[in-house]
Amino acid sequence: MVQFSLPQNSKILKGKYYQDKTGSNNLKKVNIYRWNPSSNENPRIDTFEVDLNECGPKVLDILFKIKNQIDSTLTFRRSCAHGVCGSCAMNVDGVNTLSCIKSHSDIKGELNIYPLPHLKVIKDLVGDLTTLYKQYESVEPWLKTKVGEKTSTEIKQSQEDRAKLDGYYECILCACCSTSCPSYWWNGDKYLGPAVLLQAYRWITDSRDEERKERLKKVADELKLYRCHTIMNCTNSCPKGLNPAKAIGSIKKMLASG
Amino acid sequence: MENKNNPLSPHIQVYRWHISSLLSITHRIIGIVNFILIILLSFLLILNGKNFQFLELISNSFFGKFFIIALCWSFSFQILNEIRHLAWDLGYGFDLKISQLTGIITIIGSFILAILLYLIGKNLI
Repeated sequence: MVQFSLPQNSKILKGKYYQDKTGSNNLKKVNIYRWNPSSNENPRIDTFEVDLNECGPKVLDILFKIKNQIDSTLTFRRSCAHGVCGSCAMNVDGVNTLSCIKSHSDIKGELNIYPLPHLKVIKDLVGDLTTLYKQYESVEPWLKTKVGEKTSTEIKQSQEDRAKLDGYYECILCACCSTSCPSYWWNGDKYLGPAVLLQAYRWITDSRDEERKERLKKVADELKLYRCHTIMNCTNSCPKGLNPAKAIGSIKKMLASG
Repeated sequence: MENKNNPLSPHIQVYRWHISSLLSITHRIIGIVNFILIILLSFLLILNGKNFQFLELISNSFFGKFFIIALCWSFSFQILNEIRHLAWDLGYGFDLKISQLTGIITIIGSFILAILLYLIGKNLI
């Protein structure tokens, strides 16, 4: 059932205010969602004054600066810092993105950072993606062939067929798209969501895969696939510039044209 | 998660609206509005039979005019956005820039079409 408001334990309170101690003239106010699992309190928004004169250009640099210099308890996921691993996906300035490739100078005024939307929060900016990973597993994201059992030679793919995977194989599963989708917010337990459907399409359209029909049949479901109403939040948010909406549209078209 | 007390992260409260998402929700709401408006209109016609004087009285009142113009717009919007959806179903228009452009065209077009429909209905053109 669609629930627009947050449950009682998720209502956000006003948090602490960390005033700048450097006396810098180039400050940015950064509002960050905080929740500590070891306390019984509701989540809160802490405000940090950050000296931009001594800070790198990315949103992730701001987070590092706060963690290193202001409040070491700030918790967030990150790894590669170059937009390849997908760990630091979060809601920056109202849109899901990777904080490591988002420039903070693009954002005027105060900077608001939340965890990815409509997830159970584990701590601060870390959301629980267990459901998404289970759904990813359900589309069996690996090559399925019968040829491979009989022969040990490689399965060849023409350049044209390989090109069909462009725009899909680059997905790093950061979950920005899925957690930006209102349909996934309301039906996340049943609807697969843009990230997983893009992955499903990536295997459906792979010329080497021999279970195309079975894959299509499996995904052709009122809830799994057709909860996509082309809201396009997914494509708007993808930090890698991919188009999950188009992938879902392509699956629908394949099913309609047989 | 084991801990059921984990809060839910904010979603619609913090997510920024795009043209595409705004049009999507408007399309849904307008769909319901059209459904109700058409039923109302049909009842009005059935109940009045051939008594057009009453209908004329209503359609010349302020509320009546508002109702008619609103209906013109809601239908224009629904039709134009539905064309967008049909194009998507055929596999076209998924590109981010194109979908934004068609969205803007839908918004502006819906007002132009509504005015045209109203003027044609009034026998002014």
